Amino acid sequence: MSAVTAALADGVTITKRNLIKVKRVPDLIVFSTLSPIMFVLLFRYVFGSAIAVQGISYAEFLLPGIFAQTVIFGSTVTGASLAEDLQKGLIDRFRSLPMARSAVLVGRTVADIGLNVITVLVMSITGLLVGWRIHTSFPEALAGYLLLLGFAFAMSWVMAIVGLLVRTPEVFNNATFIVVFPLTFIANTFVPTNNFPSVLRAIADWNPVSTLTQAARNLFGNVPPRQATGGAWSLQHAELYTLFWVVGMLVVFVPLAVRMYLRTAVR
Amino acid sequence: MTDIIEVEGLLKRFKETTALAGVDFTVPQGTVLGLLGPNGAGKTTAVRILATLLPADGGRAVVAGYDVATQPAQVRSRIGLTGQYAAVDEYLTGAENLEMIGRLYRLGRSESRRRAGDLLERFDLVDAAGRPAKTYSGGMRRRLDIAASLIARPPVLFLDEPTTGLDPRSRQDMWEFIAALVQDGTTILLTTQYLEEADRLADSMVVIDHGTVIARGTGDQLKAAVGGQRLEFTVADAAMVAVVAERLAPLGIEPPRVDQQTRTVTLPVSGGAEVLATALARLDGAAVELVDVGLRRPDLDDVFLALTGHAAEDGTGTPDATSGTSGANSTDGGPAGGRGTGSGPGGPAPGGGTAGAGVRPAAPATGRHAAAETEGAHR
Repeated sequence: MSAVTAALADGVTITKRNLIKVKRVPDLIVFSTLSPIMFVLLFRYVFGSAIAVQGISYAEFLLPGIFAQTVIFGSTVTGASLAEDLQKGLIDRFRSLPMARSAVLVGRTVADIGLNVITVLVMSITGLLVGWRIHTSFPEALAGYLLLLGFAFAMSWVMAIVGLLVRTPEVFNNATFIVVFPLTFIANTFVPTNNFPSVLRAIADWNPVSTLTQAARNLFGNVPPRQATGGAWSLQHAELYTLFWVVGMLVVFVPLAVRMYLRTAVR
Repeated sequence: MTDIIEVEGLLKRFKETTALAGVDFTVPQGTVLGLLGPNGAGKTTAVRILATLLPADGGRAVVAGYDVATQPAQVRSRIGLTGQYAAVDEYLTGAENLEMIGRLYRLGRSESRRRAGDLLERFDLVDAAGRPAKTYSGGMRRRLDIAASLIARPPVLFLDEPTTGLDPRSRQDMWEFIAALVQDGTTILLTTQYLEEADRLADSMVVIDHGTVIARGTGDQLKAAVGGQRLEFTVADAAMVAVVAERLAPLGIEPPRVDQQTRTVTLPVSGGAEVLATALARLDGAAVELVDVGLRRPDLDDVFLALTGHAAEDGTGTPDATSGTSGANSTDGGPAGGRGTGSGPGGPAPGGGTAGAGVRPAAPATGRHAAAETEGAHR
C-alpha cells in the first residue's frame, strides 16, 4: 500500500466509525434536523408575516439563508466530537497507532459532511412544503448544494482547531455558539441588508455567510427577476467570492489542524 | 536477554514543572517492569514519551530497536498502549472497536476480524461483543481497551495504571489477564500506584518521585533495602503501652517505637516466628490485654514511605485504594483484605502482610508510625 492509499483507507475506517455513531445515536440526527425544520417554520410564518422582500416571496428568500446557517451549525459537530474524543482518551489511542496522521481529522470532517447532507435534504423537503422552489437547471442547483456543503466542510476544519484547543465539548458548544450566531445573523440570511446601519451593512455584505447565501439564491433561482444584486463586489460575485473563502480556509486550516492534532496531548 | 526498552537521561519539562529530570531504565525482553510513583511523579509522562505521544526535551528512548524521537512510525507499529482510562469508542460494539483498531494497525479486514474474535474470547467478552461499549461495566471496558492494544500482537505493551478505579474483583481478573500475556512473551511496562499490583506482576521495579528514579530492583530487593520484619503489639489500655515496650525492648535490634494514639508498640526484630513466641512469653506475667499481635514483614507501602516520605496513594482519594496486603498474603488474600482495612483518602494503612498469630481487627492508622520510620530507615 502506498502512503496515499493507506491514508485514504485509514480515513475511510474513521469515517465509518463516526457514521456508526450517527446510526447508534438517533437523537443526534433527530435533533440536528428538527432544529432547522423549526427554524424554517418559525421564520417562514413568524418573521415572514412581517418581512417583505421586494419581488419575491419570503419563503424563497429565506430558504437559502437557512441552508447556510444550518450547514455552518452542522460543521460545529466536528469540533465538539473531537473535543469529546480528546476527553475520552481516544485521540491518544489513535495517535499511538501506526495510522495516517491526517486520518482522524479527515474521517471526522467527511463524516460531518454526511450529517450535513441529511439535514440539507430534510430542510429542502420542508422548504418545498412551505413554498420554496428551485427555478434553475439541475447542474445549477447541484452547484448550489455543493457550495453549501463545501463551505461547511471548510468550516469543519476551523471547528476542528477550536475543538482541539478547548478540549471539552461543553465549552466548545458555548464558545462556538457566541461566534456562529452573530456570524449567521449579521448577514443577508434572514433579512435584506439594505436597511442595516452602514458599518453593519459593510460587515454583512463582506461576510462569507452572506455571499454563500447569495450564491445559493442565485444557483437555486431565488432572486427577484432582473434585479441587480446589492452594491458590494462580494455580493455581485457571490459564487466566486465564496469559493475563494472555501479554498482559502482549507489551505490555511487543514495543515494547521493536522499540526494541532499531532501536538495535542491530554492535560 | 536483550533490552527491548532502553531509556537514558529522559527529560521533560512542562511550563513550570519538571516532569522528568533525567530518568534511566531498561526493560529486558519478555519481562514486566513496574514503574511506581505517586500521582504527578512522572510515570504517565514517561509512558507518553515512550508511546510517541509526547516529545522529550532531552535524553534518549529506544523501543523495540527504534528511537521514539526519530523513528516514531516504526515504534507505533510495535507497541500497544492502554491509558489510564478506557479509550474505547462507546458507540461502537466491542467487536467493532477491535476491528477498527485492527484496520488502523493495517491488519486487513479478515485478519482484523479473526484477531478481534480471538481477543474477545480471551478477555471473556464474547457475550458482550455485539453490544455498544457504552453498556459495558468498568472492568469490561478496561479489558476491551487492553484487547484493543493487543490486536496487532505488539511485542511491547504499555499499561498505564490498568486497574485504577476497578473494583477488587475486576482488578483480580485483570491481573490474571496480564500475567497470561507475560507468559506469551509480551514485554510490559506497567505503571501503577498500587504496590500490591507491582509486587504481584512486575519482575523488577523502578520507583520515581518528582521525575527522578529514587530506587530500583526487584520487590524483594526493595523490601530488603528498607529493613527487616518487626513485631507489632496493640494493647487495649493506653497505660500499658510503656510496660509492653519496656518488656519487649531487649528482643529488638533497634529500640521500640511507641504510638500512644493507636496504643501500638513496634519493634524491629531479626528472626522469625520464634521471636514472636518469645515476646508473648515475656508478656505473660504482665496482665496486658492484647488487641492485636503480629509479626509484620515490610511491604511495598513501607518501601514507598521509606523512600519518599509519603505514601503511594497520597492525595489520590481513590475510594477503593487498596492498602498493601502484600508479601505472602497477596496471592491468596487478594485486594479484599486490603479493602477491609479501609485506607481512606487521608491515611493509607499499610496493614497487611501480618504473618503469625495476629487476630487483626481493622488496623488503625498504622501510617502514622510508618511515616515516623522514614527518618530512621532512610535519609
